[in-house]
Parts: sequence; C-alpha cells; structure tokens
Amino acid sequence: MSLIENVSRRDFVKTAGVAAGFAVGVTLDPTGKLNPFVREAQAAEGVPLPAGGLNPNLFVSIDKDGTVYIVCHRSEMGQGIRTGTPVVLADELEADWGRCRVVQAVGDKMYGNQYTDGSRSVRHNYMRMREFGATTRAMLEKAAAIKWGVSESQCKAQNHRVLGPDGKSADFGELVEDAAGLPVPDVKSVKLKDPSEFRYIGRDIPLVDGPNMSMGKAIYGMDLRLPGMVYSVIEHCPVTYGTVKSVNASETMKVPGVIKVVEIPQSAPPIGFNSLGGVAVIGNSTWAANEGRKKLKIDWDYGANTVYNSEDFRVTMENTAKGDGNKVVRQEGDVAGALAAADKVVEATFYVPHFAHAMMEPPVALAQVKDGKCTVWGGYQDPQAARGTVAKAIGMDEADVTTHVALLGGGFGRRSKPDFAAEAAILAKQLGVPVKNVWMREDDIQHAYYHTVCAQHIKAGLKDGKVSAWLHRSVFPTIWSTFEDDPQLGHKIELSLGFLDLPYNVPNLQLENGKAKAHVRIGWLRSVNNIPHAFAQNTMANMLADAAGQDPVKFLADLIGPDRVVDLSKADYWNYDQTYDEYPIMTGRLKGVLETVANASGYGKKMGEREAIGIAVHRSFTTYVATAVHARISADGKLSIPRVDVAVDAGRCVNTDRVRSQMEGSCIYGLTGAYYSEISAKGGIVEQSNFHNYTMARMPEAPREIKVHIVNNTEQFPPGGVGEPGVPPFAPALTNAIYAATGKRITNLPISKTNLAA
Amino acid sequence: MANSLTVNGKSLQVDVPGEMPLLWVLRDVLGMTGTKYGCGMAQCGACTVHINGVATRSCVTPISAVSGPVTTIEGLSASGDHPVQKAWVKNNVPQCGYCQSGQMMSAASLLSQKKNPTDADIDEAMAGNICRCGTYTRIRAAIKDAAGMMS
Repeated sequence: MSLIENVSRRDFVKTAGVAAGFAVGVTLDPTGKLNPFVREAQAAEGVPLPAGGLNPNLFVSIDKDGTVYIVCHRSEMGQGIRTGTPVVLADELEADWGRCRVVQAVGDKMYGNQYTDGSRSVRHNYMRMREFGATTRAMLEKAAAIKWGVSESQCKAQNHRVLGPDGKSADFGELVEDAAGLPVPDVKSVKLKDPSEFRYIGRDIPLVDGPNMSMGKAIYGMDLRLPGMVYSVIEHCPVTYGTVKSVNASETMKVPGVIKVVEIPQSAPPIGFNSLGGVAVIGNSTWAANEGRKKLKIDWDYGANTVYNSEDFRVTMENTAKGDGNKVVRQEGDVAGALAAADKVVEATFYVPHFAHAMMEPPVALAQVKDGKCTVWGGYQDPQAARGTVAKAIGMDEADVTTHVALLGGGFGRRSKPDFAAEAAILAKQLGVPVKNVWMREDDIQHAYYHTVCAQHIKAGLKDGKVSAWLHRSVFPTIWSTFEDDPQLGHKIELSLGFLDLPYNVPNLQLENGKAKAHVRIGWLRSVNNIPHAFAQNTMANMLADAAGQDPVKFLADLIGPDRVVDLSKADYWNYDQTYDEYPIMTGRLKGVLETVANASGYGKKMGEREAIGIAVHRSFTTYVATAVHARISADGKLSIPRVDVAVDAGRCVNTDRVRSQMEGSCIYGLTGAYYSEISAKGGIVEQSNFHNYTMARMPEAPREIKVHIVNNTEQFPPGGVGEPGVPPFAPALTNAIYAATGKRITNLPISKTNLAA
Repeated sequence: MANSLTVNGKSLQVDVPGEMPLLWVLRDVLGMTGTKYGCGMAQCGACTVHINGVATRSCVTPISAVSGPVTTIEGLSASGDHPVQKAWVKNNVPQCGYCQSGQMMSAASLLSQKKNPTDADIDEAMAGNICRCGTYTRIRAAIKDAAGMMS
C-alpha cells in the first residue's frame, strides 16, 4: 500500500473537524510517514471548497494552538513566492510570521489562476491576499468582541493576539472556535491595514524554504519517490516532430536494470503541451534506464524539419528584416519622409539566437494511475495546465487527476509546458506501477521549447541632434506555432514585449513584423521577446548618441522625452494582463531608474584603459529596470565585470530581499544569454547537448558585485513584476560598455563570437 | 554485485553494477536525494559530495571507484549547523535551491583546505558549480561569512 495514497478530501475534512470558517485541530500528517513535500500538498487538499467569492477557508486555516496555515497556490521556482504571497496574507491578518506555515496547493481552479509565469504572482494576488487576511482578522476581532461583551471597534488584532479594552487580550488560537461560528464578512465591509502598519510587506523577509535547502532536505520533483516506482527515460526524435519507423531494443534489454521498452506515440502537431512521442526505456534506476536508452537502435522518419539549418535561416530572416512588405504594427508620422530629410541615417541589423532554459533540474514528473484516478507529482509552473494535459493524454476526466506541486529546480518558462508530466502519466497507466519520468540534461537542451531566434533591423534618422525617424522591423518564429497551424507572424502578445510599446519620443516611427516559419518547438523563456527587442532598441539609442556626438545616457533620457504616459491608443497593445489605466507606461519612472543607476554606478567618472560603464533601460512586466554594467576587457579580449548596478521601480514590493535576488539572478541569466547562449540546428538537429557546449556563466566570470537600488517601494504604484524585467536591459548595457571600452559595436549575440582583443 | 561503502559514517552494502555512478546509488538506491543530478558529465557540480573529505563529482564516480568514506549534504552536519549552512541561511543564498547542495559541498571542501580563501581561491574552487538562478555574488559573500565563523 502506497504511503502517498492517503486520506481523501472527505476523510481529511472529517479528521480535521472543519467548522464553518476555520479548520480546527488540523491533523496534517495522519500516518506520520509521508515525505514533507507530500504532507504539505495534502493539507491543501483538505481545505474545503469556498462557498463562492472570498472565503478565508480557501487560503488560510488557523489551528487551536494558534498555528496559521497559509496556502501558496503559485509554484516556487526560485522567485521566493512561497514566502511572497503568504506573507502578504499574514501581514493583513496581523499574524506572527513565525507562527505561520506555508501549505502548497494542488492544481485546482478553485484557487483562481495558478499559472506561475509572466511575473504576475504578486501583481495578481497582492490585493487578494490582503483581502483574505483582512477578512479573517475581522472575524477574530469580532469573536473577541462577542466574548468580552464589548464593541468590535474596541478590539484590534496585533501580532497574533486580539487586544481589547481594560487590558483584555487573547491569542488567535483561543478565538478560533468562536470565530468559526461567525459568518464570513463581505470583503467590502472590512478595513485593510494602513500601509504604515505593515510588519512584513516592503521589507526583507527570510525564505521559508531556506533552512531545508541548506540541509539538502528540500524536495524537488526529481526527489519524489513511491514504493514500487520505476524510472523512465525517453528518446525523442532528434528532429522536431519526427516519428518512429521501427525500434530494435534487443541490446537495451540486456542492460542490467532495464525492465521494458515502450513506444509513446506522438500527438499530431501543433503539439502544444502533448508529448513529442518517442521510445521510453523503463528501468529500476534512472541510470539503468538511461544506459539502456543509449543502446536503442531506432529508425526514425525525421520528417519535414530536416531543412532547418540555423546559418541559412539567419540569412533568410535578416533579409526579411531588411526588406519591405512587412506588416506594419504601429505607425506615427511619416518615417520615409523623415528618413529622407534626416541629417544622418544610422542603421543596423541585430541577431539573437535561440536559447534553452536549462534549469538546473531538468523536467521530471512522477505519476501513478490506480483505481481510475491519476496522481502526478512534479514541478510545473501551472498545475492546472498539468492536470488538463495529463487528463487528455490518458483519457480521464480532470476531476480524476490530481497534480501536486513540488519545488521547482528553476522554471524560466520551461516548466509551464507539462509535456513531461503527460509522458509520466501515459507510462504509469500503461505499466500499472508508479513511473518517474526523468529528462536527462541532453533531452532538456535538445528538446526544449526554445526561446525564439530573432532578426531585427533598425533605421533611424537624426535631425538637429535629435532622433526624427525610427523604422524598426522584428522577425521571429512565433510561440503560437507550437499551438496553432503554422502561423508565421508574431502574436499581439509577442509584439507587445518591448516592441510595440517603444517609449521613445520620436515624431515619425514605424514598427513592422516580418514572417518566419518555426522548425522547432518555440516557447517562452524568462522575459521572452523583450530580450531581443530591448537589445536592439538600447543599442541603436547608443549608436545614435555616438553619431550625434552626445553622451549616451543624456541622449537616451532626451530620447525618452518629457514626463508623460506613452500613448499606445493606436497600437494593438497587450499590457501584461493589466489595464493600461492601472499600469500605464510612465516615462518619468523610466527616466527615474535611468538617472538612479547612472548616479549610483559612478557613470561618467574616469575609468582605466579598456574599461567603461554601459547603461540600458527597459520597462517590461509593468516594471522599470535600468542596468549599468562596468566592464573591463583585457588586451587579449577577456571580459570581466567588476560591478553591476541595477535600479528597479516595481512600485510596491513585498519582499525586498527577493526583489534584490531576482535582479541579481537576472544579471547572471542576462550575462549567460548575452555572452554565451546559442542553440543552433543543422539538418534539423540541435547541435548543443549539455553544459560543455551550451555554456553557462560561472563564478569566475560573474560580476564581482551587484548593487540593486529599489525605488518607489510604496503604495503610490501597485506591485509590478520582478522575476523577468531584470533580464532584458543586461545584454545591451554590457554591449554598450564593451563599445565604450573597446570601440567594438556588437549587434549579434552571443558576444563570445566577437573577438574583443585589442 | 555487492559494493561496500561508508556514507555519512554509516557502513552500507549495495548490490549494483560496479560502473553505476555514486550519484545514482545515493539517489535511486539509498533514497538520499540531497545530492542532485544536473548534467551527468561533471560539468555542473550539482552532484558534489566529499570522498575522503575532498569535493568530488558523484555523477562520474563509479561506485567501484569510491575509495573512502563519502559525505553528502545530509551528513555535512548533524543539524544543519555547519558554518557553510549557517552562512547560506543568513545570506538567503538560494533561489530555486537545486544546485545549492553541490555549492555548499564545494564551499565546505574549500574551507577545509583554506581558512581564509581569497576571491581567486573562491573563483577556482567554485568554477565547477553552475547556478542557473545566478546566486554567485551571495555564494561568495556566504563563503566569506563562513570563513569568519570558522576562525
């Protein structure tokens, strides 16, 4: 009997003795034998369904001993969200964070959107969590008022107690039973705390999982185990969407520990989140399965994508970007006329190759199919999508599928696509035992949902020292090619990522999108199309400053222009799932971070030979980030980065320590992308396979210091995204620094392809 | 094939092929999942353990070649109070945390050899450990903190 087979929701509710309002006497670990991760997943299952609208049951339960259980319904992948949203609720509840326990939710629509992507967990849940906390606090205050026979206005929650008149005081735990009998108040009748009373929001809060991580006790998808479990490793076709013609597994079956070989059929493209199909080797360890996989002899039908050669494709894309006849997506004034009338025209072509996410933990999921139910454990950024994808893959109702969320060993967008979970479920159903499906590093690099390759061309005109014309064309295979039948133009969302939303004050501008065909699975990767777009824009701004003989930072501030809200009324703009009224693009904030970073970094001071500070600024995911990279290039071309300064305006921040850590991490992610990353294909086969040829920035080349400057951390502006917006400005800040230090202008990434020697 | 080894002070016998890497013996046979898989070719350091006190990549170390006692992250200290672990918590080093077992094992090995490592020492000792989340500046700070605690 599996240890993970445990109490059903109904049993759990019974055990927990849930009364209306509060789960009382919660028994979180009925068997005492479950692993810590699963134990937490269970508790969320036991939280009863809300009666509709806001209900404190859904995200918070308080035990009689005063322990507060707060549900985290978003996936933890390094951004600190298991601390982030729960601490907001705790703050409004006036709970002592030290007496709160975070419980991880399973995938269920009752929690609302759980899709942890797009830097929106705090943006979309800040007010929600405050309201859940405040509603619960009001019930405790009311319970105390009734108990003491005083008015509610005389009772105030403070640090896990309710205080009343004449020194009356009760711990939250003492009030739970009384509060449980009260109706849940309408959220509109509940007063939120004044921000001056926040205990935790806007400050540094330690990680809830930090101690476990430091002891090797934190449980990731890769670490989950079930009795009787087998391991699978899948050989997918080297060319995307190729299929199996025949398999000879006789040598594989001779490998000790190999149990079975199973073919997984491919769903017809567009593939979406379904399995690519392939040949699975089942073993009694990951190693045995993978050793067996190496001995497979598969005759593949490679299919149509053997035509994909990155070198040729680049030429095609660049020609499209330089040519006419592309789709105009934003137009103001008369670009052609202004270019003809310009004193000087500056133009450049930019190239940014495919990237792979390369999270340290490759994709992995554990599935069990038993008694008409399927349970999957794994790290996915959207457990609801995992649930739906798994249900479809094995022909089950979603109601019969449960998706538990483990810690994610990095996400970066890859784990938004639960193909690996569908594979685990398909195999578990077929084999009748629990299956842990492990993607090896080679599978991860060779079969990613790649960050799109992008070619761009910008032609800009200078008139009287100011930019009078801006013609920008962007060409890239679209993410929607993974989900729809061969679209070749960019989607509105992709075009809104740092392209349509150009914040420059240029009277004549034209933005165009050219066609490109996808030959691999294209997916989103941390900050998505903002990477190539911010690179091209900030580089061109720097080139124009140079052509105008002006200081690049002053020139950039002038180019952004007067304080205003950028008028995008004529563009078909997508504002990161927010209304433009609530989160408009404000040039004052953009210039604010630019000025902050210039001052803080010491921009303008005298530097050594072949040493300079380069700066770039970009707004994405509703947050404004400016990055200043201090680069030093030795005579033999070796790059070092003594210091980086980042100024971030994300409005109200919850955990300032995690805001800083996300900016620090974004610099390293940005450095790897800018300096090293390139996924290329030849004959449709990806040429990189592991960290020896898909290189990551390491300790010696990492910036020695990264200083993060948080501005506007107040209620004046609602919370912005933090996980992604630090990435886009890094590459152009670095290449602008390299230009200032060496005179070498880099418009093609990765930088490692350019010889920086004197 | 029976192989004898000592892990975190405990003597064990495991019946696996001699070429099976220590990493998979730890994780899949012994159920000790603190040591992580990242690349399988000694490129990323997520699998770092100590053998005879020295940082070693367990993913390319066949069980038959294990020549001395093995220490994993679970055995670095009895209750998570090795200076490296304390410094990691104090500096809030981890983001996703997946690579950090390996990072801490490399750092502990460095500090056992050099009490006050220079930046160049840290670069050299930690170059084999990748952190995709990008916690390098905090790792550097934590190593210096740990060195301070040990002196």
